[in-house]
Amino acid sequence: MISRPLVIGALVMLAAALGMGSYAWHMRGISRNELPLAAHQSAVAPPVLGSSEQVMLYVAYDDIGVLRPERFRIPLPEAPQQRAEELLRTLLNVYLDKSSPHPLGTGSEVRNVYLVDPGLAVIDLNSAFANGHRSGILVEELTVASLVQTLCANIPGISRVKILVDGKERDTLAGHADLTNFYNVGAVNQLAAQLQTAQ
Amino acid sequence: MLWNKHPPGSRFPLPSLPLAMVAVLFPVFALLVFSSLLRAPSAAASAAGEKQLSIYSVVSSYSLPVSTRNGQDYVDLLEVLDPLGKVTAKTEGKRWRVRYQDQDADFTDGKKNVRWLRSGFDLPANFLLEDGHGMVPLSSLPQLLSRILGGPVTWHENSRRLFIGGVAIHFTAQVRQQANQALVINFTAPVNPAIATESGKLHMQFSREPLVAPGSPVLTFDSKVISSASYEENNGSAEITVNGNAPLFAAFSDDRKTITVTAAQQAKTPAQKPPTPPMPAGPGVATSAPGTAGTGSSNGTPSPAATGSPETPLGTPPAGPRKYFAVVDPSHGGDERGAALDDQLAEKDVTLAFARQLRQQLENRGIATLLLRDNDVDLTADQRASETNTAHPAVYLCIHAASQGPGVRIYTALVPAGGEAHGPFVSWDTAQAGFLASSQATATRLAVDLRNQEISVRTLAAPLRPLNNIHSAAVALEIAPPNGKISELSSPDYQLLVASTVAAAIAGARASLETAP
Repeated sequence: MISRPLVIGALVMLAAALGMGSYAWHMRGISRNELPLAAHQSAVAPPVLGSSEQVMLYVAYDDIGVLRPERFRIPLPEAPQQRAEELLRTLLNVYLDKSSPHPLGTGSEVRNVYLVDPGLAVIDLNSAFANGHRSGILVEELTVASLVQTLCANIPGISRVKILVDGKERDTLAGHADLTNFYNVGAVNQLAAQLQTAQ
Repeated sequence: MLWNKHPPGSRFPLPSLPLAMVAVLFPVFALLVFSSLLRAPSAAASAAGEKQLSIYSVVSSYSLPVSTRNGQDYVDLLEVLDPLGKVTAKTEGKRWRVRYQDQDADFTDGKKNVRWLRSGFDLPANFLLEDGHGMVPLSSLPQLLSRILGGPVTWHENSRRLFIGGVAIHFTAQVRQQANQALVINFTAPVNPAIATESGKLHMQFSREPLVAPGSPVLTFDSKVISSASYEENNGSAEITVNGNAPLFAAFSDDRKTITVTAAQQAKTPAQKPPTPPMPAGPGVATSAPGTAGTGSSNGTPSPAATGSPETPLGTPPAGPRKYFAVVDPSHGGDERGAALDDQLAEKDVTLAFARQLRQQLENRGIATLLLRDNDVDLTADQRASETNTAHPAVYLCIHAASQGPGVRIYTALVPAGGEAHGPFVSWDTAQAGFLASSQATATRLAVDLRNQEISVRTLAAPLRPLNNIHSAAVALEIAPPNGKISELSSPDYQLLVASTVAAAIAGARASLETAP
């Protein structure tokens, strides 16, 4: 015959075990939902301090293979380097949007833009930008021309542009567009003019 | 047991001798010296035929005698290591231990096995111990030095020249096409060769300089005065022989990094740095690319340019008709697949198929064509450019493919910033600059002919290598499906239509391409 206090003790322990199991299951679900949120939050840029200005972004359209100058009004900081970074981040937001005319890979970012005297700008992209980029001469040169032209149209005094990936030199963007050399802004201006018409 | 320090530069340390012994031995020694002086001419003659080993390193370049034992070539390992760093040796019976930079190697007289850093390996022939000196087979030196020094060693076996690390000196040569024709040889480091002349020949022998071969051992020049130069290695030295139709003279300049060879009637002209040629560089211009003809490779591997036409080294156009009028370059290849055109179709396969079709169409029209790759191999942009520039074609056609259409896009180079010419060297990155007009004219011609076949065409500039490195008219063709269906890209009919139209356009532009830029 099992004593009454022993039965009660066993039941209490069973109830406690079930309760703790249920709580653990609940917490697991919560953490699973929270992880993507945390990842998303890390990609959010800090708010820009500065007055709103009208800028010209050169936006690529893959469907007809053209580069179009478009006016945007965005808040821009005073310092040239931060202005340059903000300009390119705005351009990338256009490309990362759901209705992007020139989709880029998920996680594509401009890490930094360095303005080096005399007249040299260095654009440092992250590896997700290059690794996730589609391969092809036209699609790659649209990206390069869009970045270079947007920068030079809004930041005066730039004559050469170098593109790095994760702070290092890379042969090509995605198998075609050369990243080993310095882009001559005058030559890119002419290319951008060519790219504004589909023929 | 005592270690005998082997001081740098001393081959045979003298033991201390009692004074009486010196007194007895002195007359004998004097007699030997006298008799050796009497035999000097014959000794010199034998020295001339002596086998030499030359070793080139960052710290020292030196030559050593090679001895023959049992029909094998041997060298004294102490003499080899002595100029390279601190070395000592000790003998225990048949065992010989050499210590180099505080690490020991153990050899045994009459045995092949060597112990080095707790591991063993075999020499190709027995180690010999002679009067405290360790003699090792000459052919084992690359392996031995590589282990002892812990770095790359390059061995030119036939000429007995050994290069430790990247010490090689390369050279380029070009005939200066001006009133006073002269051969200008530029070296990557100062040189001091022994120079000898004979009728119409000038020999430069490099014993201490780690000179390496150019892409081709015989360099021919489009010159009536200086017709050719040859490079040869033998018995521990390298030799450049310049051939001309008159007595030749050499003058040094540019801190001994340039040797200018002139014919007798021009020898009064003072040696000077070669003038900068106008862009685009005319005949005889070398390009300063890695692996361009005229430079060798220190590891014995032929540079990319060495695979090109051996008759046209150093970027010099051939004197006669071109071997290849067109170069067709199917982009990508090997592990480098290019764009994924669909789930199964890789860009590299479409470009190769189209390039083969284009070569066939060009050759049907009598246009000699070089296909840069005819199988699934990967070539770097530098290799593609080097091979093309070595072949000196009138036109370079680079083939790409894309899924986004429609039709054909024709690209010319977007020449990058920078790229100044340095003396006779054209910048590798902007070699195309002088040919842009010719390239754009070719692109326009192609576009017109393709439009006439109702193929959609677009002409653009592109930052696409190796277009900017090509030293002739150069265009890239990106072929896309005519109406968006990717299956049509690999259709034989579509490829034939585009290839035959391109070939016809090139054939039509033949006369203007021949005279370009």
